[in-house]
Amino acid sequence: MSTRGYIVIALILAAITALEVSTYYVDFGPLFLPSLLIMMVIKFVMVVSYFMHLKFDNKLFSWLFYTGLFLAVGVYITALATFQFFLR
Amino acid sequence: MAIIERPAPGIIVPALPAGAPAITPTRTFGALKRPVASTGWKSWLFTVDHKKLGLMYGATAMFFFIVGGLEAVLIRLQLAAPEGKVLNADLYNQMFTMHATTMVFLFVMPMAAGFANYFVPLQIGARDVAFPRINAFGFWCFLAGGIVINLAWFLGGAADGGWFMYAPNSGPVFSPSKGVDFWTLGLQIAGIASLTGAINLIVTVLNMRAPGMSLMKMPVFTWLITVVQFLLLFAIPVITVALFLLTFQRSFGAQFFDVAAGADPLLWQHLFWIFGHPEVYVLILPSFGIVSEVLPVFSRKPLFGYPFVVFSGAAIGFVGWGVWAHHMFASGLGPVSVAVFSVATMAIAVPTGVKIINWTLTMWGGKLVFSTAMKFSVGLIVLFTIGGLSGVTHSVAPSDTQQTDTYYIVAHFHYVLFGGAIFGLFSGFYYWWPKMFGKMLNERLGSWNFWFMVIGMNLTFGPMHILGLQGQPRRMYQWTEARAGEGFFNIAFWNLVASIGSLVLTFGILLFLINIAITARSKVRAPLDPWNARSLEWMTSSPPKEHNFDSIPHVHHLDEFFHRKYEEDPVTHTMREVATAEQILAELERNADAHIHMPSPSYWPLVLAAGLPIVALGILYSIPVAIVGGLVILYAIYGWSLEPSVAADSDYEGPSSNGHEVGATHG
Amino acid sequence: MVETATHDAHATSTGLSNVKLGMWLFLGSECLLFGGLISTYMLYRGRVSDGPTPEQIYDIPFTSVSSFVLLMSSLTMVLAVSAAHKRDDRGTNLWLTVTALLGATFVGGQVYEFTAFYNEGLGFTTSLFGSSFYTLTGFHGVHVTVGIIMLLAFVAINKRSRVPGSKSESVEMIGLYWHFVDIVWIIIFTLVYLIPV
Ligand code: HEM
Ligand SMILES: [Cu+2]
Repeated sequence: MSTRGYIVIALILAAITALEVSTYYVDFGPLFLPSLLIMMVIKFVMVVSYFMHLKFDNKLFSWLFYTGLFLAVGVYITALATFQFFLR
Repeated sequence: MAIIERPAPGIIVPALPAGAPAITPTRTFGALKRPVASTGWKSWLFTVDHKKLGLMYGATAMFFFIVGGLEAVLIRLQLAAPEGKVLNADLYNQMFTMHATTMVFLFVMPMAAGFANYFVPLQIGARDVAFPRINAFGFWCFLAGGIVINLAWFLGGAADGGWFMYAPNSGPVFSPSKGVDFWTLGLQIAGIASLTGAINLIVTVLNMRAPGMSLMKMPVFTWLITVVQFLLLFAIPVITVALFLLTFQRSFGAQFFDVAAGADPLLWQHLFWIFGHPEVYVLILPSFGIVSEVLPVFSRKPLFGYPFVVFSGAAIGFVGWGVWAHHMFASGLGPVSVAVFSVATMAIAVPTGVKIINWTLTMWGGKLVFSTAMKFSVGLIVLFTIGGLSGVTHSVAPSDTQQTDTYYIVAHFHYVLFGGAIFGLFSGFYYWWPKMFGKMLNERLGSWNFWFMVIGMNLTFGPMHILGLQGQPRRMYQWTEARAGEGFFNIAFWNLVASIGSLVLTFGILLFLINIAITARSKVRAPLDPWNARSLEWMTSSPPKEHNFDSIPHVHHLDEFFHRKYEEDPVTHTMREVATAEQILAELERNADAHIHMPSPSYWPLVLAAGLPIVALGILYSIPVAIVGGLVILYAIYGWSLEPSVAADSDYEGPSSNGHEVGATHG
Repeated sequence: MVETATHDAHATSTGLSNVKLGMWLFLGSECLLFGGLISTYMLYRGRVSDGPTPEQIYDIPFTSVSSFVLLMSSLTMVLAVSAAHKRDDRGTNLWLTVTALLGATFVGGQVYEFTAFYNEGLGFTTSLFGSSFYTLTGFHGVHVTVGIIMLLAFVAINKRSRVPGSKSESVEMIGLYWHFVDIVWIIIFTLVYLIPV
């Protein structure tokens, strides 16, 4: 990727962050939680794909990393669920 | 070694070629010179050779096996008769905690790591692991961790909360001594060994295979070790978190497990068992791997259903992440969780069953040779199956509420761990001893060794099923005559049987140690290929040369070595020998690579690992000491990162014009 | 000995570099470490038997700024990597130094935040919220600090041309680590700060 490309990505990330912070000031209503989570995931994936080059690199790297990531999400969400975390 | 290995004919590691220029150790920027000793104790202390490290893992683990075994005997002596007086309640708690900790973390895991270190590179046709210095660092971390955990014995009492160390029970109120602190910090250090080892071996297996060795041509042992490394890679950080929380609670007053402040007493249990259940597969899969090597060799048949064994191994590794809460059925998880985890647990018996079937069918119709290695492997199949069946009875939550925390559980995990993991390791000892040391363990003594262990193990752990179902709780330091009950199922009788059994078992293991001693003294050298083996590690001298293979073999088959020795006769469709092991080896020697760079020894792994226990002791006794440890660590990292993993060219002979360079590794 | 990344990659079975594979494995493993810490925090964030609650002490504007600084350090890091690939030593050193400075700003912000919270009555031992908050963000802060040390050490070593092995690969590895620490903060910022109990 070119320097320009990186700067564009960074600008998008900055814009999303601004949007995230705005949820603190503006009432998003029922969209509050889902929109925050979606923005978080977008930022995460963008950094991983572009800044960490995972999108352009060998697929094996993606496999190794995302295995860890999804395993973590899976076991910890399950564990929190047994604490009735999501029902509170 | 940073010297050129000139492949010389002969079985024994070649000495430095006469007339080679003196080696000039590189001075790394601002730090120590490289060690260059290739013999004597220094060659062990600073080695990065995967074979030496494998042996060091093995020897250290064997020491801890004896320690853990003696602790077990003390436990059984205490329980042999009513109102035992061998140990008081406090010591008893320390004893069972340290017995389990030692056996799991300081014997089975490192022993398997030792085998993995030694044989995975050989089995995939590599000259070393991907990161040799990190490999050495791992060993020293394991040793440092083991020492820290056991230091507590001499500094106010060892850990006493059980091997799963349930918080809040392991908090300062119920465990006031520093034992638990030594335990958490020691495990933390030993965990570094597992984590770095996992990364190292996975990269090795992915990246350092000989030409032609596709993943589905790798020996099953290497496969299952790889699955284990993935389990460790993802499980170790979970217990790391748990251990940190406990340390922060005990040493710095954090509240994580303080129920009065609103903490959830199940948090620790979840974290521990998210790690803990994958951990039991970490313990058993290496032995499954060994058995999968041994059975085909001594059945004179290829492994039945190789892909099934591989995929069921991977499946176990995967499903093993979704069943942890079966250790918590009695903790009030709620009916939905219990049901889900109960069903998942039953499912995990399936891939395990697949393996048992494959092994049985491997033997079916084979020309069985009952060597000691084979006996231990067959022993594993039988004993592990018993343990697996009692495991399935726990997976049914209602019956588990009856069994949990009784001796029935103790029976279950000893059948899977002793009858499974440890029998597999013993099979590996007898099978690979000639490869590692060039001498065969005595087979006759081996047979006695085996039978005493089988009988001892069944006498010790078999009765525990009865004891448990009769209601004898686990971790109870005394029982009384009055409550022993009557008739055939009275616990007095069966406790005595179990204790006698433990002595039989001890005698069996003693025979093994005697066997080692006798073998070490014997002058008889093992034949090159004593078992008529099948995989690449046997395509080396015994013990293998420092660089393993004179020339890296090109692999065309699963069981490459076998296929070089035997070819199918087109007419009769039987296998006939076309080459002997000696001839194959001589062939490799003739085509020897002219220029082999091996990774160079280094001080830094040892120095770095030495900083860790200093930090640990500092946290417990005085923070300045911890800071000193931190400085040692910084210094070591500094020296390490400036030291090229392969010594500079000035350490070598002049460049050769024809040969290709092989084996440069990072680390 | 001069070992270029390509030479190295050549020798491996997958054609991929050992170090890079190792790094990605390590990062995969780190997911479970931070996952555990984040889950502990999520479980305990509302449990305040004593001392202030999250809503009472979080200073969202302040943390937003420091989060933004860390995010931008990922941009400068990526510029360093690309300079290193172009064998532009000056550019590499420059961008690495800027990255380290941005990282230091973030850590400085965290030190300030911790001090402020402490003065408002939230100690490490005050409540479950306090213990788990400081543990999670502290672990992250330590990761950032380690990253800063790596960055500055690399610059120092590079200035004396003492980097063993491939330079661009070393920078790339430091970069992967750095970005990972950044994405962990992306999660922490949302789950810990922006979503109220
Ligand atoms: C057929 C597969 C297996 C099943 C269905 C199974 C099931 C279970 C269950 C449900 C428990 C919990 C019982 C309780 O505490 O109430 C348990 C405990 C245990 N299992 Fe297994 N298991 C299996 C295989 C293994 C293997 C392969 C190992 C290790 C090599 C193992 C080691 C253990 C250990 C160490 C414990 C006791 C943990 C403790 O409380 O200290 N199990 N098993
Ligand atoms: Cu389990």
